Amino acid sequence: MRWPVAIAALVMILGGAGWVATAPGRLPPGSLDAFSGDPARGEQAFWAGGCASCHAAEGADGEARLVLSGGRRFPSDFGTFVAPNISPHPEAGIGGWSSDDFANAMVQGVSPGGEHYYPAFPYTAYALADPQDLADLWAFLRTLPADATPSAPHDIAFPFSIRRSVGAWKLLFARRSFVLAEAETAEIARGRYLAEALGHCGECHTPRNALGGLDTARWLAGAPNPSGQGTIPNITPGALDWSEADIAGYLKTGFTPEYDSAGGHMADVVRNLLQLPDADVAAIAAYLKAVPAAQ
Amino acid sequence: MTTRIRRAIVAAGALCLAGGAIAQSAVDGAVKARKAHMQLYAFNLGALGAMAKGEVEYDAAAAGAAAANIAALATLDQSRYWPQGSAQGEAEGSRALPALWTSGDDVMAKAGAFREAVGALATAAGTDLASLQAAMGPVGQACGSCHESFRAAD
Repeated sequence: MRWPVAIAALVMILGGAGWVATAPGRLPPGSLDAFSGDPARGEQAFWAGGCASCHAAEGADGEARLVLSGGRRFPSDFGTFVAPNISPHPEAGIGGWSSDDFANAMVQGVSPGGEHYYPAFPYTAYALADPQDLADLWAFLRTLPADATPSAPHDIAFPFSIRRSVGAWKLLFARRSFVLAEAETAEIARGRYLAEALGHCGECHTPRNALGGLDTARWLAGAPNPSGQGTIPNITPGALDWSEADIAGYLKTGFTPEYDSAGGHMADVVRNLLQLPDADVAAIAAYLKAVPAAQ
Repeated sequence: MTTRIRRAIVAAGALCLAGGAIAQSAVDGAVKARKAHMQLYAFNLGALGAMAKGEVEYDAAAAGAAAANIAALATLDQSRYWPQGSAQGEAEGSRALPALWTSGDDVMAKAGAFREAVGALATAAGTDLASLQAAMGPVGQACGSCHESFRAAD
């Protein structure tokens, strides 16, 4: 346990001003009301956002990936996070939520009860999503099968077990803009949106600091695997020398230029990307060629 | 202890060591064999992928031959490729996870899905470029689903 850091975080939270600053913030009510949600477009956002990769049950295949019963476990330096049930079940899932509840979860990382979510749920990326995509995604999620499996609690060590500490984390690490500030073409801009906002590639491929914040100066430069085994590769042009066509081919089929295949969590990402139009996959490849090279 | 008994013990020990060495070389051979098998898939997929990506011109005969090789490889008996004791950490160069030896039904289901995908590829590859391109994704999925569950990360 990183005690100096932990104690500093606690002092910050429990200090008077800190308590105010770490309060869960909410969007103004009705933030999605102006957008009419289309479930068909929402399905695209669903696959681009990788929702099923965490919220479908471990080992789910085919249609079962649309049953968002939760339960997958994600070990980290701070403890083990367990993905919750986000199926439309009224008690076990999010069937009782309003569109405001959904928007606050996705953009603010705040639950309907007013608690911070842990950033294992990548709301720092989803905060960059277009409200139209959020409205579409919300419409799609409500079409999915309800599942009664109760959500399991996370297994998190002190002081991160205190939810309010996530408020301090958000003050330090919430992002409100794209890491790649300038997108030279419309295709790169589309790829940036898919990779940085919906696809949240940086959550695994960018190294983190001692408090679990993404080191955006080393964006997509590779990181240790949070499971403790192996590393997640650097996918900037500083290390990934594949052609744009090779990258797009890999993202669509899982085949590397040597015709090895993706394994681990990336196999699941490829399964998601297979649902997207070729142009979107090509856009992600164009974006990866445009990000700053890191060694 | 008599000299004769001592000799017997030494001889038995030597036999055990030799037995272990034979078992180990069988395991190493199996790891090499299965990697070679995978390499043959990769070599033939490379010919198809180059056409699918537009790096070389589509050639129906060449594509059909490569896809037929892959389908033929998928029918070979692999039972001796995967002996006990050849998981990662047990055998040099192995990345196979122990779960492979305890998940028989899942392994068989994934192998079946793979044979189905390469069967479809064998039909599609020689038809036209669009059919080849469409058939590559499911093969990649089938490869990935096994590697996802049963191969250690790099």
